[in-house]
Amino acid sequence: MRNRQTFGWIAATASVSLVAGYGFGCTPASRPGGTVGAAGDVASQVYVAPGTHDEFYAFLSGGFSGQLSIVGLPSGRLLKVIPVFSQYPENGYGYSEETKPMLETSYGFVPWDDLHHTALSHTDSKADGRWIFVNGNNTPRVARVDLTHMETAEILEIPNTGGNHASPFVTANTEYVVSASRFSIPVPNRDMPIAEYKGNFKGVVSFINASEAGKMDVAFQLIVPGFNYDLARAGKGPSKDWIFFTSYNTEEAAEKLEINASKNDKDFVAAVNWKRLESCVGEGKGTRMDADYRHNVMDEFTRAGRTETKRSVMTILPSACEGAIYYMPTPKSPHGADVDPTGEYIVAGGKLATVIPVHSFSKMQQAIKDQAFDGDAYGVPILKYEATIAGEVQDPGLGPLHTEFDGKGYAYTSVFISSEIVKWKLGTWEVVDRIPTYYSVGHLMIPGGDSREPFGKYALAMNKITKDRYLPTGMELAHSAQLYDISGDKMKLLLDFPTHGEPHYANALPASLIKDRQAKFFRLAENRHPQVVRAAKETGIERRGKTVHVRMSAVRSSFSPDNIEGVQVGDTVLFHVTNIEQDWDVPHGFAVMGATNAELLVMPGETRTLKWVPTKAGIHPMYCTDFCSALHQEMQGYVRVSPAGSSVPLTAVSSRRSQQMARLNSGEGTPAERRALEQLRPDRPPVTTATDPHAAHRGTSPQR
Amino acid sequence: MLSTSNRILLAAASLLLALAFVFPLWRIVLQAPQYPEGLGLEIHVNTVTGVKPQDLQNINGLNHYIGMKAIEPDTIPELRLMPLALGALLASGLLVALVGRRTLARLWVGVFLLGALAGVADFWYWQYDYGHNLDVENAPIKVPGMTYQPPLFGTKKLLNFTATSWPAIGGWAAFSALALAIVAVTRRNDSTGRAVPRATRPAPVGASLPVGPSRSLT
Repeated sequence: MRNRQTFGWIAATASVSLVAGYGFGCTPASRPGGTVGAAGDVASQVYVAPGTHDEFYAFLSGGFSGQLSIVGLPSGRLLKVIPVFSQYPENGYGYSEETKPMLETSYGFVPWDDLHHTALSHTDSKADGRWIFVNGNNTPRVARVDLTHMETAEILEIPNTGGNHASPFVTANTEYVVSASRFSIPVPNRDMPIAEYKGNFKGVVSFINASEAGKMDVAFQLIVPGFNYDLARAGKGPSKDWIFFTSYNTEEAAEKLEINASKNDKDFVAAVNWKRLESCVGEGKGTRMDADYRHNVMDEFTRAGRTETKRSVMTILPSACEGAIYYMPTPKSPHGADVDPTGEYIVAGGKLATVIPVHSFSKMQQAIKDQAFDGDAYGVPILKYEATIAGEVQDPGLGPLHTEFDGKGYAYTSVFISSEIVKWKLGTWEVVDRIPTYYSVGHLMIPGGDSREPFGKYALAMNKITKDRYLPTGMELAHSAQLYDISGDKMKLLLDFPTHGEPHYANALPASLIKDRQAKFFRLAENRHPQVVRAAKETGIERRGKTVHVRMSAVRSSFSPDNIEGVQVGDTVLFHVTNIEQDWDVPHGFAVMGATNAELLVMPGETRTLKWVPTKAGIHPMYCTDFCSALHQEMQGYVRVSPAGSSVPLTAVSSRRSQQMARLNSGEGTPAERRALEQLRPDRPPVTTATDPHAAHRGTSPQR
Repeated sequence: MLSTSNRILLAAASLLLALAFVFPLWRIVLQAPQYPEGLGLEIHVNTVTGVKPQDLQNINGLNHYIGMKAIEPDTIPELRLMPLALGALLASGLLVALVGRRTLARLWVGVFLLGALAGVADFWYWQYDYGHNLDVENAPIKVPGMTYQPPLFGTKKLLNFTATSWPAIGGWAAFSALALAIVAVTRRNDSTGRAVPRATRPAPVGASLPVGPSRSLT
């Protein structure tokens, strides 16, 4: 045991120096042929034949990319990247006028965040396939991603919180999503010396109402001692009213935490009874505190985000609600807190510990009854270690972090420093198998491994260090993930694949749960965007002072209007582009020369707006950026920009075809009108807004 | 007079026509590599719809590339006429079954037969018109000599699409009604068990065999 650890430390140190040496030298020579880590023919186990589908959807957090990626398992194929907290020029998220409000915070527009963890919505402690929640660590936020549209539907800022790391874990029936502060700060935040941290800085555990789409709200915040709260997991079955948070820095150090927060032999797992808190708040034991935070929702029908400012938040102190929180001493700066499928065991990954401590929920209940306390921390009772501990896994490797379960009585713990997954048995606490990861695994994930019914077939290791696993790509390397077969007694490495950003945690669910519910297009008839183009008469161009609104339709293979004149330097042009297609997988793109933001990708039936402030006179091409059809290259137009004060009238030319498609798609108009429409021949003069008083009937509204 | 059983047969034939009001008469399905889920049209007694709600406009959208007119059910007069004609046929069929006179019944079946032929011919004509009467000048895709008439029965390749056309439940119901009605007016009235008239006697299996070779010899 001792020897193994010593060796591990030496190996880790040696590899660091080696890498340092390489850094100043040259790129490592390419690896000779042959696999490292995989044994035998495993290809068939991850081969998903062309045209067939993966068994699981896996949702991998993107870490510093601020995004969430969808990967198919077992193939490891990247299916989609969903922008959540980060602007995404690829589809205009955070650039289009409709999506900008999603990134509003009390600090202003924050177009980036550090997306650490994922949490599928649960019913009865099992994934129900409705949503996945993700956290923003830096500017504390929690987002809800809809699993029918696979896009960000809602973002809530969390007040009084520094570093939303212990988030977004869900309770058994998604009653609440939690957020707890990694960095304690003064609550409410104020200007004060950092040296006065101890006793003045507070941690905050927030419970967010999450059971209804579009109505996320901070229900209440428990103000706790100023430790660093790290990760969490809600109870299940008998423990379903509780949620468990790891904490470290119980030293309350405010400087050189590396050393000063690693002094105590034991830190805490905080056991919080949320049912109890709920009733205390219900009895009026909380205090409403002034606050300033934002709630952003993407409207299902206008497809536009809106931001609501919130001015207060309900808070409650542990002293006002006896029995709501207890501390369980846990060795040494614990990281993950994971609850087994039965709800009885709480596994803490003590990242500097030499054992994996496992607490028992029933023992904890008994200890509370017996008042087996070992003092208190700022009034929060500390339970005796021996009174709650069920067992310790000996020799788990160096740096155990996170644990998932296979539903067959085994737990799998990721071990960072010795770079391996350790399989051990619940109840006997004996290690039964271990397998290397490449390299330094952070989280690991078993589909459903955090739920009451895991699918114990695969485990995914998400690693922090990549080094030589793929063709070298300069200094910055993609993070690596490995897929293991855990269906047998021995774990088996199946696949190694690069990922987007830095996946911290991930969740997976069986494809069959959501695959048939995927949205294919938005119904144009249900589009309630104020600038939607559902009918020919709605396309057109309109000036309101220095602002020019262009209501434009996009359909294979034309924009309407396609040529615009009369725009002036210094105008603000808003292109409201409606994709009037009603077919699957036919997005249209929109870009205009010199736009300082991004392009738009407009889904069928949807309206998106690009803001453009032309700075130079001249002709500016615009075009469709998403190859949509055989005549995609013809899907273009021009904007003529004249100097400010020019007398060029505002006009727009609309193609007959796109106007007709707009009418047909909206199903509007009488038969006579439809026949009249048919009479419109392309050889007639184009419809313009400048002079024709009847233009409104033919597809453009008069100039104002 | 028709026997009771034949009158019941006639009434049943008339009632079978009611299915044509509920179910589509004809279905044309289009398949192409980039449409793995297929696109399709259903011709109902009073309208044309997509097999999936959005199919019609998507077919119209695609058809503009070859200069085909948009299919707009409101502009097709037959779709206003057909429910009336079919309704009248159904009602009069019941009446004829009630009256039970053989000549009247034969007249009704004759009208039905002519109506059915006219309907199918008219459908073919619309297909011809959509497929041939193209706005070639403004069509982005022009393939010399190519026309786009879908088949009446069966399958045909139209550029990247494979078009398959067959009667649907409503159509099969109408054809079955016609067949039943013909049986009703041609079958012998009495129940002596003697041979039925030639017109409806099923040909014995293999009866045409001697004809085939002799024809090919001449």
